[in-house]
Amino acid sequence: MKHSYLKNVATLSLAAEKCVGCGRCTEVCPHGVFGVTDKKARINDKDHCMECGACALNCPANAISVASGVGCAAAIIWSWLTGNEPSCDCSDSGCC
Amino acid sequence: MSMSNDCCSTAAILSSPNDIVTVTTELHYKDLLGAWKVRWGIGRMKYKIDPGLYRVGSPDQTSPVLVSANYKLTFDSLRKELTGLSCWLLILDTKGINVWCAAGKGTFGTAELVNRIAKTGLYGIVSHHKLILPQLGAPGVNALEVARQTGFTVVYGPVRAGDIKAFLSSGLTATAAMRAVKFTTLDRLVLTPMELVPAAKTSLLILGVLFLLNLFAARPFGPADFIGYAGAVLMGTVATPILLPLIPGRAFAWKGWLLGLLWTAWFIWFNGWLAPGFLLLASGYLLTLPAWSAFLAMNFTGSSTYTSFSGVIKEMKVAAPLIAASSVIGIVLLLAAALLG
Repeated sequence: MKHSYLKNVATLSLAAEKCVGCGRCTEVCPHGVFGVTDKKARINDKDHCMECGACALNCPANAISVASGVGCAAAIIWSWLTGNEPSCDCSDSGCC
Repeated sequence: MSMSNDCCSTAAILSSPNDIVTVTTELHYKDLLGAWKVRWGIGRMKYKIDPGLYRVGSPDQTSPVLVSANYKLTFDSLRKELTGLSCWLLILDTKGINVWCAAGKGTFGTAELVNRIAKTGLYGIVSHHKLILPQLGAPGVNALEVARQTGFTVVYGPVRAGDIKAFLSSGLTATAAMRAVKFTTLDRLVLTPMELVPAAKTSLLILGVLFLLNLFAARPFGPADFIGYAGAVLMGTVATPILLPLIPGRAFAWKGWLLGLLWTAWFIWFNGWLAPGFLLLASGYLLTLPAWSAFLAMNFTGSSTYTSFSGVIKEMKVAAPLIAASSVIGIVLLLAAALLG
């Protein structure tokens, strides 16, 4: 069964005019969000984007942007309490 | 090879003549015990191996180089899939964290990879210029930058170590299934102890407070209350993760709240607390326990494989105030029930 999280929230965007059609995004995406046809990438399934940032970091044409971050409530609560950026550094408490 | 943790298998690691350690592909009972312990949070942050280059089988200068993390659970799940292969393992220093989480933090990253290539003298060991990285390392590694700085081309392999043989034998091509992260019932089940253990620790604190309250209470908290509470914890930390895709809705807090409510309602009915004399107690539990289940379930977003930062923020902006308000009102009612009797 494919898991689905909240709809219409992902910050992922693709500037198709910059795309060089290398297909790296389809290689790194863990949720099959991208497809490539006629040497152009397209976003097939934006609602399954988990904002890991792999596509944007590995895109040689800088055609992809996404505000990547940790999808972890504990990290976000911790960041609200401490004023720091949310990170996976909850080393002793559980996540990752 | 030195282990940071003396529980770890040394039998599986044999020294080799020219300073590169050879690893076996069989796991021993100590490895399995170690894996079980870290799943329960015992010595979890110290379960690591030395970063560097390792050999599997009898690799030569044309053999593939697989890159991985120095969390021993990761290292073990990789090497047990390499039986019969000859390859090099380039282990990055991820501070004992698995590939995906370390990539998110950047410790499984471009800088560490470039640095580790130099430190291990990989140029002199293999004649090709290709590295096979786990796909889930991609959030931390800029493949283009690695090529620019080292001359090594990065190929992203499959998500799961179990697919590496198929990936290698098919000329480094991965099927769509190999590229997809799953989150099976078993995947979720093995994560539940690390949800339960921290919750149990917090619970000891709550039980301590209740114990003190009992000194003044007209209606002291007893075993029935404990079972009601423990049930709510299990709903949030175990039942929600296991039943995750079966529970209606999308937000984790909602899923946890729903199970917590079902449990609490049943529990109140079972104890006969629907009677008028138990109004404060019953409504107090209906407000606190499902809220607590919701909070614990919401924390499972950090262990899930598909929640986005934007999604979790959206969920929390709604759920956190509701959980807080419900808990505060519920606790006031429970205190009233305990003190007034």
